Amino acid sequence: MGEPDGARGRSLIGESVLRLEDRPLLVGEGRFLADISFDGEVHLRVVRSDVAHGVLRGVDLDDARAGEGVVAAWSAEEVAHVPAIEFRMTGFDELRPYCQRILASEYVRYVGDPVAVVIAEDPYLAEDAAELAFVDIEPLDAVLEASSPESVAPLTLETSYGDTDAAFEAAHRVVELHAAVGRHSGVPLETRGLLAFPRPDGVLELHGIAKVPHYNCATIAAMLDLQPGQVVGREGHVGGGFGIRGELYPEDVLVTYAALRLQRPVKWVEDRREHLVAANHSREQSYRVRAAVDERGVVQALDAEFFHDQGGYVRTHGATVPNLSVALLPGPYLIPSYRVRGNIRLTNKTPAGTYRSPGRFESTFVRERLLDRVATELDLEPVEVRRRNLIPTEAMPFDRGVSTLGTPLVYDSGDYHRLLERLVDHIGYVALRESLAQRRRQGEMVGLGIGMFVEKSGLGPFDDVRVRRLDDGGVEVVTGAASVGQGMETAIAQICADVLGVDYTDVSVRHGQTDMIGRGMGAFASRVTVMTGVAVYMAASELAATGEPAEATFNTDHMTYPYGAHAAVVRVDAGTGGVTVERFVVAYDVGRAVNPMLVEGQIIGGVAQGIGGTLLELFSYDPDGQPLATSFMDYLMPTVAEQPHVEVLLSEDAPSPLNPLGLKGAGEGGTTACGAAIASAIDDAIGRPGAVTTLPATPELVRSLLRN
Amino acid sequence: MTEISPADEAVPVVLRVNGTDRRIAAEPRRTLADALREDCGLTGTHLGCEHGVCGACTVLLDGEPVRSCLLFAVQAQGAEIRTVEGLADDDGTLHPLQEAFWRHHGLQCGFCTPGFLMLSAGVLETRPDIGDEELREALSSNLCRCTGYQTIVEAVRSVRDAAGA
Repeated sequence: MGEPDGARGRSLIGESVLRLEDRPLLVGEGRFLADISFDGEVHLRVVRSDVAHGVLRGVDLDDARAGEGVVAAWSAEEVAHVPAIEFRMTGFDELRPYCQRILASEYVRYVGDPVAVVIAEDPYLAEDAAELAFVDIEPLDAVLEASSPESVAPLTLETSYGDTDAAFEAAHRVVELHAAVGRHSGVPLETRGLLAFPRPDGVLELHGIAKVPHYNCATIAAMLDLQPGQVVGREGHVGGGFGIRGELYPEDVLVTYAALRLQRPVKWVEDRREHLVAANHSREQSYRVRAAVDERGVVQALDAEFFHDQGGYVRTHGATVPNLSVALLPGPYLIPSYRVRGNIRLTNKTPAGTYRSPGRFESTFVRERLLDRVATELDLEPVEVRRRNLIPTEAMPFDRGVSTLGTPLVYDSGDYHRLLERLVDHIGYVALRESLAQRRRQGEMVGLGIGMFVEKSGLGPFDDVRVRRLDDGGVEVVTGAASVGQGMETAIAQICADVLGVDYTDVSVRHGQTDMIGRGMGAFASRVTVMTGVAVYMAASELAATGEPAEATFNTDHMTYPYGAHAAVVRVDAGTGGVTVERFVVAYDVGRAVNPMLVEGQIIGGVAQGIGGTLLELFSYDPDGQPLATSFMDYLMPTVAEQPHVEVLLSEDAPSPLNPLGLKGAGEGGTTACGAAIASAIDDAIGRPGAVTTLPATPELVRSLLRN
Repeated sequence: MTEISPADEAVPVVLRVNGTDRRIAAEPRRTLADALREDCGLTGTHLGCEHGVCGACTVLLDGEPVRSCLLFAVQAQGAEIRTVEGLADDDGTLHPLQEAFWRHHGLQCGFCTPGFLMLSAGVLETRPDIGDEELREALSSNLCRCTGYQTIVEAVRSVRDAAGA
């Protein structure tokens, strides 16, 4: 297919133009959920379980109802007719009994489980009254370990290809590893919230909806026995997504139900403590893996079992995260035989869902730790082991022989060796290793680590786009995609403007308004630039040819697979065990970058989140299941002081053959191998190969490694 | 003896915000952030944690960056309060920091941006020649979950350097 030319004689695709989104956000005119108000609105406060596991004997709301300004207070029996929240993705019948209802009855299953709501004229009064609710819970033992026999075990995901047993019998050496990633999550800076406005025409407008507006509106309508079009999404500004925001949560249904029943606008703005115990957690997986390795360090088979800590319920993501772990554990390596068991277990902690690079951050940490161990046991350079195992570019497209998210895992394109060599050249691998060794001889604890990975992006199955010229000379794009702050308006406008030969600032992108377009998939899985981008390319091309308003649908059954390599240089403080990341390099191939500045922004921001999960962030619990990280004093996210300067090697070696623009998504590859690369660098710094097997590598953990 | 009003009974409060006096009735327990947002309609000041860590609610109080979630509105009487709405000129010309954040891609979702802008404005106004290390130290007061800070630091440094040039 031909290259779009653009009006200036050069393509707008690939230009680091400034964002269309920024001006209102810079001058304080953002419209985040809490900024929106309607006359006569009332405020909802959720009463939550303060016990991790127990029998719910009763909820007495009499005192709360008598509170000043209280409009209503309800517990589970008032909403008993509302079904449990279904899976949006990767559903299994075995998991269905563990879906969450919008208010708990009979049992509570984590601290934060909603048991009642109080609605009042003012948020302060709603909070006052919620404290008057009496929740009678008879505590039961809390299950806090996914691998313990007490955890509920609804489903084990199993897959395999090749003859794993034969490969282990023939192995030159078997290399084993136990490794685990700690519980952490996206924690966007804007907490969740929703404002449901019952319009006089019977339609409910939902403000604060995000990520998947069409899905959420349709699902809420079905749950509340409304007509499909009766719930309308009004996406405003969204203060960060990262996988967790915008999933359908109990609170979303409660707020909508309240507005319907009270026929008043109902507003709920989550506070930070609630967010840290109620919004999706992620990442907690523990692995036992074995590699059958030949004399050259080539992995002939991989045998893995892991436990996925799902928390108290299975939410909208179903088995998405463990499903991705199962499929992408082999990563960028050939690995001719593979067998894996992923055990989904329920515990008495906050339910888990996806977080940026779900299943890949975890599995990449484990796989790359295993490759490092192979290097150690065979006395090879870590980089050399990777070279010997990478899938060669001649093997592309590479069919892994497994499926994920309902599509066969076929790496569409890639030159993994070339990217690794680019990273090695950029950091000056040999000289860097020597200079670090020199510093170690002088008493410093410094080291280098590398991790490689394959990402996935551009999840289908479709995106629709409508494009038309406006009377003022501008162009309007309407899409069912969503913005979570990533800059999608700019990227989509660039593609559209490139085709039409107009300035990208003349293109307005309308998204997240469910009554403007019949269907839409939203923004997740690094899908928008690929799916919406190609759809707008198609629609704009038709508009350019016919001069008439145009619609287009881009359908695909396959994902695209960007890939990358991370390198970290760290310094360990021998006294405190604190780890400082001195240098971080990301080489990432996105096929084709629509706006390199935005892509680099995604990568650098992703690194910060990866460093957080690697060194700082942990949802810890006491033995009774009480969460210990319920404020930003305890849940530690990186500040600028913890963040190194990130060097980005943006690569376009391998455009996707699956779409006319060659696009792959860019949202997650900054995060994926942070844990792997930093853990390896810590090993190197302390001179203990293979020492770091659990994340986060907190000062406490590193000090314990230094003592042993 | 001075009579102390109950915490949940509104009292008259005058807040001087961006050069304009705002007369509101606020309970003594009402935070400055809530008073700015709900009573003055200045929703550019955001609340990210309400316990003084994230800094999204940073405003200038007599030129000093403060967490407006940790102050009561009644405590801010008599002070000059500046919020993000007061940064740009009346004709819409952006403040150099706003320009720089735009040019350097110093924001993604934009939720933390008003806090970082006010923090930076306060720092550069009191210490226009602040060194790189101290600037990083000052900017570590606030949290951003999107950018990884790199472009925020570049933006603020560019304004410092341009002013000193």
